[in-house]
Amino acid sequence: MTTLSRAKSLPSVHLSRVASVAAFARREFRDAISSRWFLLYTVAFTVLAVAVSFMSLAGSGSQGFAGFGRTTAGLLNLIMLVVPLMALNAGAGTIAGERERGTLLYLLAQPVSRFELLLGKYLGLAAALCSSMFVGFGLSAAVLAWRAGSVGLTAYAMLIAFTCALALAMLSVGILLSVLSRRSGVATGLGLFAWLILVFLSDLGLMAGTILFKLRVQEVFAIGIANPLQAFKMAVIVNMNASLDVLGPVGMYASQTFGGALPWILAGVLAVWTIVPLVAAIILFNKRGSV
Amino acid sequence: MIKASNVTKRFRSVTAVDNLSFQLAESESLALWGSNGAGKTTLIRCLLGIFPFQGSIAIGGIDVRRSGKQARAIVGYVPQELAFHDDARLGSSILFFAGLRRMDRHAAAKSLETVGLLGHEKKRVRDLSGGMKQRLALAIALIADPPIIILDEPTSNLDASGRGEVVQTLCRLRDQGKTLVFASHRPDEVITLAQRVLVMEKGRLVEETTPSKLWPKDERIQTLRLHISMGTDEAAAEVLRDAGLAVNLNGHGLCVSVPRNRKAEPVSVLARASIEVRDFEILDDVHKATEQGGAEE
Repeated sequence: MTTLSRAKSLPSVHLSRVASVAAFARREFRDAISSRWFLLYTVAFTVLAVAVSFMSLAGSGSQGFAGFGRTTAGLLNLIMLVVPLMALNAGAGTIAGERERGTLLYLLAQPVSRFELLLGKYLGLAAALCSSMFVGFGLSAAVLAWRAGSVGLTAYAMLIAFTCALALAMLSVGILLSVLSRRSGVATGLGLFAWLILVFLSDLGLMAGTILFKLRVQEVFAIGIANPLQAFKMAVIVNMNASLDVLGPVGMYASQTFGGALPWILAGVLAVWTIVPLVAAIILFNKRGSV
Repeated sequence: MIKASNVTKRFRSVTAVDNLSFQLAESESLALWGSNGAGKTTLIRCLLGIFPFQGSIAIGGIDVRRSGKQARAIVGYVPQELAFHDDARLGSSILFFAGLRRMDRHAAAKSLETVGLLGHEKKRVRDLSGGMKQRLALAIALIADPPIIILDEPTSNLDASGRGEVVQTLCRLRDQGKTLVFASHRPDEVITLAQRVLVMEKGRLVEETTPSKLWPKDERIQTLRLHISMGTDEAAAEVLRDAGLAVNLNGHGLCVSVPRNRKAEPVSVLARASIEVRDFEILDDVHKATEQGGAEE
């Protein structure tokens, strides 16, 4: 019997791509929610979110002005610090960690493609991160609904949606760094560096650049929203129905120029930050062939 | 069943597998024999389509480079060490791999039964002994009952009892008609399991032979571990190979298999090449070990 004719008699090998992705996602989700880092971040985020809610209520005398509105504003800065750190860290550890433990080779020796493995891991971690957000936001929302009713709930819901979008974008960046790194320590270090740049250095750089190069307002706006954290902040403020005047001339320029399209543009920026690093990670992971 | 043609794998300037070709028919068993760095593991990874390579490999008629996933679906792989999350439980580990192959719980349970691990599902991977981990890897490889099993030094980290268990299981699989490809540095394993041997050196196929030609049965063969001066291992291995001896240089030292009445030969060969042998130990009698393995079955 020739090799070729033998192949025809072999059992069907058309394994479902979806099933493989789902298997990896399930495992990644399970591993993530049972890990210490996940628990630590979730507890920290939840405690801070509930604390901010109580403080917002205390500031408004537990009455009237929307606990949700005040809390949304209060949570904004907390989210910009904690969520990118959490997502970058989660993404950075995933592929580099498997590589370091030697488990990546074993996984790739199974009937799966590199694309399925990476996508499954991404989806599992994304689900774990969003679950963590939901726990924090959910408890915070319960406190607010109990003490101050549901005024401002829509803005709060949009805050949750944009926070998840920010987490997904940062997770993509983290996974890209993980694919590029041989060791999980290096990947985590790069993730922290990226966090530092996005949270602190880019703002300082933009300020310095504006003064040094005498940038025009539209240029400052374009450079500003290229940072996913700034896009997130602006999107949340817009959705709170607050005036972008609080952001100065750039905010005024944005609301006057783009009007109702602004939330979509900002959501688009977050989508680009989610898709581009993830696609780059998939291409590099396939191309490098390293285990 | 497996057809490899002109397979070459380079890592920058290092050629790990150099223009290697071989064929393997259904139900045949093939051993990859060679020192550390001979290219056995790299060849196995190429066979699995994990590494990109030049040349072509077809498994069951499926081009590994084009359809690696489909090819891997008919292959069970057992690594040198089970690389899996230590915190995971044995049961959930095997169910995860069963999921990747679209197999159900029953298939996973049957596979655990085959390797004698049924009833240990609740144990964490970190609590398993080396032999149990290796049997778990074998169980994972067997979940979908693949016609081909590829093993990378499956007993190198096991003690004598663990080694015996794994070799017995592999004998049963071979007798059931599975096609086996395995890397090993133990002559007794190769004699017990393999019908053919590919002798590799520095990525090249040096010789395609049979275990009985490498270690004739009418001669009692013993394996010696030589203790020689630091840094001369590779040179010593080359000298011994040139003298026609079966040498294996691996993490456990420089081992050489010789007829029982010529144990001093490696020492004198190395002495002629000005390589000092500080000490040597006799590891085992190759055929005796094989016979004992057979008797245990």
